[in-house]
This record gives sequence, structure tokens and C-alpha cells, in this order.
Amino acid sequence: MKGEDKLKKIWVLAVLMMTALIFAACSSDDAASSDEGSDSGEGGEEGTTVEIFSWWTGAGEEDGLLALIDLFKEKHPDIEVENAAVAGGAGTNAKAVLASRMQGDDPPSTFQVHGGEELNASWVAAGKMQPLNDFYEENDLMDKFPEDLIDLVSDDGNIYSVPVNIHRSNVIFYNKAVFEENGIEVPKTFDEFFAVADELEAAGVTPLALGDKNSWPATQILENILLAKLGPDDYKGLFSGDVAFDDPRVVESVETFGQMLDYMNDDHASRVWQDAAQLVAEGEAAMTVMGDWAKGYFSNDLNLTVNEDFGYVTTPETEGLFMVITDTFGLPKGIENEEATKEFLKVLASVEGQDTFNPLKGSIPARVDADESKYDEYGKDAMDDFKNADALAPSIAHGSAAPEGFLTKMNQAVNIFVTQRDVDQLVNALVNASSEF
Amino acid sequence: MATKQKTKQKFSKDQWLAIGFLAPSILLILVFVYGFISWTGYVSLSNWNTIVPDFSFAGLKNYLYLFSDFRFQSDLRNMLFFTILFIGAVIILGLGLAILLDKKIKGESFFRNIFLFPMALSFVVTGVVWQWLLNPSTGVNNFLKTFGIEPLWYTDTNILAGFQWGQIEFGVPVAILSIVVASAWQMTGFALAMYLAGLRGIPEELREAARMDGASELQIYRKIILPQLRPITASVVIMMAHISLKIFDLIYAMTGPGANFVTDVPGLYMFETTFRGNYYAHGAAIAIIMLLAVAIFIVPYLWNNRRADS
Repeated sequence: MKGEDKLKKIWVLAVLMMTALIFAACSSDDAASSDEGSDSGEGGEEGTTVEIFSWWTGAGEEDGLLALIDLFKEKHPDIEVENAAVAGGAGTNAKAVLASRMQGDDPPSTFQVHGGEELNASWVAAGKMQPLNDFYEENDLMDKFPEDLIDLVSDDGNIYSVPVNIHRSNVIFYNKAVFEENGIEVPKTFDEFFAVADELEAAGVTPLALGDKNSWPATQILENILLAKLGPDDYKGLFSGDVAFDDPRVVESVETFGQMLDYMNDDHASRVWQDAAQLVAEGEAAMTVMGDWAKGYFSNDLNLTVNEDFGYVTTPETEGLFMVITDTFGLPKGIENEEATKEFLKVLASVEGQDTFNPLKGSIPARVDADESKYDEYGKDAMDDFKNADALAPSIAHGSAAPEGFLTKMNQAVNIFVTQRDVDQLVNALVNASSEF
Repeated sequence: MATKQKTKQKFSKDQWLAIGFLAPSILLILVFVYGFISWTGYVSLSNWNTIVPDFSFAGLKNYLYLFSDFRFQSDLRNMLFFTILFIGAVIILGLGLAILLDKKIKGESFFRNIFLFPMALSFVVTGVVWQWLLNPSTGVNNFLKTFGIEPLWYTDTNILAGFQWGQIEFGVPVAILSIVVASAWQMTGFALAMYLAGLRGIPEELREAARMDGASELQIYRKIILPQLRPITASVVIMMAHISLKIFDLIYAMTGPGANFVTDVPGLYMFETTFRGNYYAHGAAIAIIMLLAVAIFIVPYLWNNRRADS
């Protein structure tokens, strides 16, 4: 009797589980089919959704994104927005999620991608993006962005994305007090840099703060030296194949890089870039080479004042040049709500959209006609530099100049170089990696 | 007619029930474990090293690339020394503590819990905590600095007793030791619990008999108790080996690849190479190599168990 009861119970359980499984399967099917129904509508129709994919989940950047979404909702109350942000340092996780979605033919309506090779060598080359030339013409955007920037988001004469912001990565941030106390000037050339560094070291201050727990901050120093030694045209030539990576000037750059590393803090490998910036803020170190998101970190997180507590200057011998990182949004193929997505891109490209987003994110607008009064002192300076730059150069460390595969290998080679200081080894690794493109 | 009846009743109701229950999970395991392993193996033999899938046959190209790669060679060195040191530390500490606790001390359960608690944490948490503890410029290290001691813990790029082997220096990377400390801190409780159970399972009469024969305590442990704990040691080694060979989260949170890749392991390399560099075939090859490394430990163990069963 008892055994039979038990058996019954098991049967009931089994039946329950089976039904649960069947229901789960059905309901997911339902969801999928109803999604299709609502997405197939034209832009502006009731129930249309735009899914915005990014890795903007940190302080500042998230505020910027949400403000931008609010602005869009204000203009298009009939379009739903789905904020599909994926958290994780520098977009590593987001990029993995994006890759699996794109390969599974389930692209988001639009997604964040750095202008340059990160866009071109992957998604454009894979034939997953729609050209936006008509969109640029219709919205009269061709002369609103610098030509170099439009080139950066173009491939074979087709434009593939809309830049929303600009970051600059050839900047040295320095502690003003440290320089004043020691009575020294901020270096503009490599000779000056090494002279200053010797003095600082004699005064017991670490000249250069580096946090290379992730290796890109070190790569970023090297790319700035390359830009200085090669000039913007030959620097770009490295990636078009016109200049070889074993060019004597590349070797010289690597040597200079090694020399600069002699002046860094001992515990660099345990620090991330924020920790390195903190050394500068505390006056233990004098300078750090970092993109201008460091400004946001100094003023928002550490409550320091621009040009009072900390100052900024371009990295040695790159004055007038602008190492550019730009976040852009494109239009993937095979999405169903194309018109609504274009409406979002329109807002993104507008002066109003860019001025809503950038002051919060701490970047500057990609448009040259944005409203300067909305930006702080650093932002205004950077905007002027951006408009009047002799040349824009794409950053390697942030995926604009070269494909991700090259960057991965370069980061590895730099990581090895930081301890082994073998110039030939690094140059060889770069030459080998450059067979990628 | 009769034979047909017989075949129909080959399985009892209970057995049918068991098959019904097991079938879904067997099916799922077939697809999601063995299917995906085969898929990974297939990808590792392809040319898929960009974001665009390319399944053309590449032979062993990806494997050859890896074994000539500085980073992967460093990974194998790190994996080897980490596994040896980690398992060694866990066994010695676990056994030592178990023997002490077995002396029926006061507050035994209190100590047992203290040693077991770290196991409740995730490796990520352990990594973050130990990163704080060992950071060269914070906490206890600031205090040590006032005495002129500046340990670099996990940022040290030195390699102990190293000799050049191919491209890499072959020896124990100092930074690995800090990871061994953190991981042993987490897993010693497990070994302790296993050994304690084993010690309790040894009948008191055996010791009594040995004492009657005039054996010293040390001899009792060496000749009677430790040999009986051998199966437990085997289980602990297996459990720890698969953790150490696959380790990712602890190192990712604590040190990352480390300068000169002194704390890099295949797991980290696989993650970065696949999801950052889009080298899918390389990543798949690393995954397969990790699988084989674990199999080297697991298969003989399973084999042994099977033999013991039959």
C-alpha cells in the first residue's frame, strides 16, 4: 500500500514536471512570435521598440545614456526604448554578448562600437552593417563632423555609423602642486620629459604613474610615442601597410617607451588606471598618461579642480595632434524596426542629443557645431583642439586603428616587454601581428 | 505469444519509470556536454580566427601555434606549479588540521566551522579579498613599509630557481605563491572535513592494539592511520586537481594575467583570446587542451573506481 502511494506521488510529480516543461517551451514560443508581430510595424507605429546595446553602465556614462534616452522618448513617445546595456570593463563582456547575438542573427536595433577597425574589420567586413550614406545626406550631416572622423567610420566610401562622442587619449594629467613645489615646467618634448623625470625622481616623487594590471594603459603610452615619432600620416601608414612595423622609427619609439617605463611606479602591475591616477592625485606621482576620461575621474570621483589641483598637457611631441576614440552607433542588417532606429540615430546625431549626452559622460561632442557653453574648462579646451587639430589619429589601444586580433597580440607583446624590455622581441611581435591586416 | 509477452515485460514498471526520468537528462547531457565538447573540438581544428565564422579545416595549426606561443608556454608552466603547490598545500594543511582536531579538543565544532567557512565563498570574492590584503601599497603592507619591508606579493615578476627553457624561464613564479595562499585558504576546509571523516572512520581498537604491541604514536600514524587514509587523499587530489587546472575566477579577480604573464593560466588566456581577440579557433584549442589536462587526472581515477566496483 505504502509503496503504491509513493509510486503515485512520483507519477504526479513527473506529470507536473512534464507540463511545466511543455508550458515553458510554449510560452517562449509565444513571446517570440508576439515580438515579431510588434516589431514588424513601421517606425512610429504603436508598440515599436528600439533596443540600444552598449556597455555604458558606469557612473557618468550611464547618466549620459539615460538622459539621451529620455530626450528620445520626449520626441517619440510612441516608440519604446529597451536599454540593453551589458556591464563589464571596457566592453569586454558586452562585445562577447554582441558577437553571439550577431552570429545568431539576432542583432540589437543599434549598438555601441568604437569607430575605426573595431567597426570595419569585424561587423562591416562580416557584411552585417547597412551603409548610412543616405542617412547622412538626408540629415545634412556631412559637414557637421570633421572629415577625418567620417573617414574613420567609413569603409570603401560607405559610412557605417554615427559618432556620438569624442575622447582624446594623448593626454598627460599631472599634479600641479608637485610641479610647483619642485619648480619645474611640464614637459612638451621627450628630452624635456626625461630631464623632468630625473629631477622628480631626485625629489622622491614617482615621475610616471602607470596601472597596467590590464595592459592597455601601457599600450596607450606606446601608441602615443609612435604618433609622435612617425607623425600622423606614417602612423596611419602602419595600419594601411605603407609603413612597416620594423621601421627604424618604430624601433626608436619602442626604445623610448622602455626608457619612459624606467620612471614608473614599482607596483604598476597591481594597479588599474584609476589607481595610477590616484597616485597623481595624492602627489606620490607626478604624471600619468591617460585618455581624458581620467578628467572625469579626477573631478567627479576625487573632487579635484581642473587647472588648480591637476593640469593636463598633450603627450610629448603630439601637440596639435588628436588621438581620437569615438563611440558610434550603426545600423545592423536584418533588424525589423529600421525606421524607428533611424529616428534614434537622428537624435544621437543632433546637436541637442550630443549636448545632452556628452557633458554627463565627460566626453566632447563629435559634431563641431555643438554648444561650448555646456562643457567645463577641460571640455572647451578639448573641443577647440578637436576643431583645430592638424590631424586626427585613430587609437590602437581602443580598437580604432587596428582589428581586435592585432590589439590582443599587441597587448600581449607589451605586457611581456614591460618586464623583459626586449626591444627586438616587441618589434618582431608587432611585425608578426600586423600580418592580420 | 508467450515469448512476446516476455519481451514486453523485460522492464518492470519501476525500471520504465527510471528510464523515463533519466532520459531527458541523458539527452540533455548528450547534447549540451558531449555535443558541445565535440563542437569545440571541431572549431579548434578550423580557421575561425576572426569574427566571421570560417570552418575550413586547419588541421593542428591552432595547437602548433599555441605551443610555440610565449604566453601559452608560460600558462602551462604556471598551471603545473600552481597545481602541484596548491594540491600539496591543501593536503598537508588539511591533514595536519584534521589530526589536530581529531585529538578531541575543546570547541572542536567551532574550529571545524572556522576552517570550513571560506568554502562558502565564491572564488571571485576570495580573489578580491586577497587582492586587498596583499596589495603592495595598502593595509598591512603600509605597516610593513615603516620597517623597510616592501613585499611585492603578487606583482613580483621573479621566477624562483628558473632556467631558460625555450622562450620561457622555467621555475616557480613568486607571484603564483600568493595565489596558492588564497586558494589554499579557501579549499583547506574541504580536505580537513574529508580527512576528519576518514580519521573518525578508523576504529579505536586498531590504535589500541598497536599501542599494546608497543608502537609509538608516530609509528601508529605512519604505519596504520595514514595508509588507511589513502582513498581519501585520492579523492582530495582529484577534486583539487580539476579546480586548479580549470581555475579562472580567482586569478581573474586577484591578479589577471600578471606582468610577463607570471600568473596567467590557460583559462584566462582562453577567455581573452576568444572574447577579446575573436580568435575562436585558438580559444577552442585551449579549451580542449584544458579538458585533456583534467582527463589525465580523472580518467585513471574513474578506471580505478570501475575496477574496484566490479
